[in-house]
Amino acid sequence: MSKDRKEGFGFETRMIHAGSQPEPVTGARQTPIHQNTSYVFHDTDHAASLFNLQTFGFIYSRLTNPTVAVLEERIASLEGGRGATACASGHAAQIMALFPLMDPGDDFIASNRLYGGSITQFGKTFKKFDWRCTFADVDETENVRRALTPKTKAIFVESLANPGGVVSDLESLSAIAREAGIPLIVDNTMATPYLCPAFQYGADLIVHSTTKFLSGNGTSTGGCVVDSGTFDWAANDKFPSLSAPEPAYHGLRFAESFGDMAYTLHSHAVALRDLGATMAPMNAFQTLLGIETLSLRMERHCANALAVARFLENHELVAWVSYAGLESSPYRDLAKKYLPKGAGSVFTFGVKGGYESGVKTVEACELFSHLANIGDTRSLILHPASTTHRQLTEEQRAAAGAGPDVVRLSIGLETLDDITSDLDQALRRAAS
Amino acid sequence: MSEPLTYSDEFLRGILAGVRAIAMVGASPKWTRPSYFAMKYLQEKGYRVIPVNPRAAGQDILGETCHATLAEVPGDFDMVDIFRASDAAGESVDEALALKDNKNIRVIWMQLGVRDDAAAARAEAAGLSVVMDRCPKIEYGRLHAELSWGGFNSGIVSSRRRRVRIL
Ligand SMILES: Cc1ncc(COP(=O)(O)O)c(C=O)c1O
Repeated sequence: MSKDRKEGFGFETRMIHAGSQPEPVTGARQTPIHQNTSYVFHDTDHAASLFNLQTFGFIYSRLTNPTVAVLEERIASLEGGRGATACASGHAAQIMALFPLMDPGDDFIASNRLYGGSITQFGKTFKKFDWRCTFADVDETENVRRALTPKTKAIFVESLANPGGVVSDLESLSAIAREAGIPLIVDNTMATPYLCPAFQYGADLIVHSTTKFLSGNGTSTGGCVVDSGTFDWAANDKFPSLSAPEPAYHGLRFAESFGDMAYTLHSHAVALRDLGATMAPMNAFQTLLGIETLSLRMERHCANALAVARFLENHELVAWVSYAGLESSPYRDLAKKYLPKGAGSVFTFGVKGGYESGVKTVEACELFSHLANIGDTRSLILHPASTTHRQLTEEQRAAAGAGPDVVRLSIGLETLDDITSDLDQALRRAAS
Repeated sequence: MSEPLTYSDEFLRGILAGVRAIAMVGASPKWTRPSYFAMKYLQEKGYRVIPVNPRAAGQDILGETCHATLAEVPGDFDMVDIFRASDAAGESVDEALALKDNKNIRVIWMQLGVRDDAAAARAEAAGLSVVMDRCPKIEYGRLHAELSWGGFNSGIVSSRRRRVRIL
């Protein structure tokens, strides 16, 4: 049975099946873990075809690996994209996503409400490549238009931002990107393709930290770049890596030779080849297992998170709650539009009593794990100002929703009453 | 812009399983050209691919002599694969239709980005199967799970065990 890509199978079917047919030689039904670095050539002509990108196949696992490829196709399918490239972490995916677009001296525009680690990567480390990031408050889309320069190569936002319950207006941002002839890159980590089909709202590229909800159990770091296949890289001269002759492949032009496959082929054949931030096969396997239950987990994550957010909103020791699923959220309308199935399970709240109460609440938890991750089956808690967002300036912390009184939660799948009870006792102990 | 074309996997599978010899119009002797990639791949999969290109006539491309026109190709071929701009594709289609009984041509295939709806209608009226705006290499790879090796979305879901020949 096979359907055309247009008609397509349902999301849940693709969570389980996309990319993984029975292994034809042995009949193994679950995806085999190809713990293997290199692949035997039939002869030198076959090797030449592979190195010239003239045939499909495996050479060396830094570029492609059969287990990792199943994960790539599965994520590409769930996002409705043309192809995907998995890599070692979400941060690697961000470098990989920008690598074909950026030359030294180029700039890109990013939301000032990104995950703190992304702000540090973009603002500090990318300077070493002479990639320049302009941060903007993207709630006012005019700010983005004003920040455009002739060397701007992309706009980068999170569909749902970590940590603050902030939702980006993807359609407006996509319109600006389209006018400027540049791609809109969306970090869809917090929403996942189940909650936010970002390509439908105009994203051109999607990046993931698969470390979070996609793997889902806190077992495996990983990242992924997904290409929609609809951006025309040769429409202007902004993207020579894809549109101009590639010296390492004897003057082949990726956009011309590979059409809508150009970006993903380049990501493997050039970006992974030379940056080397490859995902390990075992991590791909663990992430595939996680994705098999993505919709079920996301539904419960969202239901628990909404209930916990309501509980905290009515708690005497809580100053405010920032969850896009609450009626009180300024992002409620954007959440209804872009995240109709739920506003995710990561959000922040403010404790009465500021920095010290925030730290104490976190330390008083018994069920919530105090650690720097999100998107686990376990409920997680963190005080961003003293941890993930520590490297930022006070101003950047405030903009990113990580001020001194802010506590970040990632609501897990435990019994709801146990989750709220633990928060209640921790808040009371912190206040006593 | 006209509507995007859709072809069922069954239709494409049928074409790719039935065809043996392919005349490739616009084949190039330069290895970095897309036509060269497609020709080499299709040869590896067991098809005979005969290059047709007046500018390369007489040259050897991947072990086959290039001919100036379809009419000059000796012997039969089942399919004409057109690597030309959309506005030149109709000419090749008409050339093929004039030869269809003589050469036993059953399929017209226009490459990715190549489309001429009027020419396609003429070929279909003459009883030929037509595919436009697709690449036979990509479709072969997609239907045989090879495209998936590169992380591409094949759109295929199947719990059936494929039969593979161990060569
Ligand atoms: C939204 C978001 N993007 C990117 C990252 C970076 O991912 P990784 O930790 O897998 O490198 C994170 C990690 O916390 C994140 O939450």
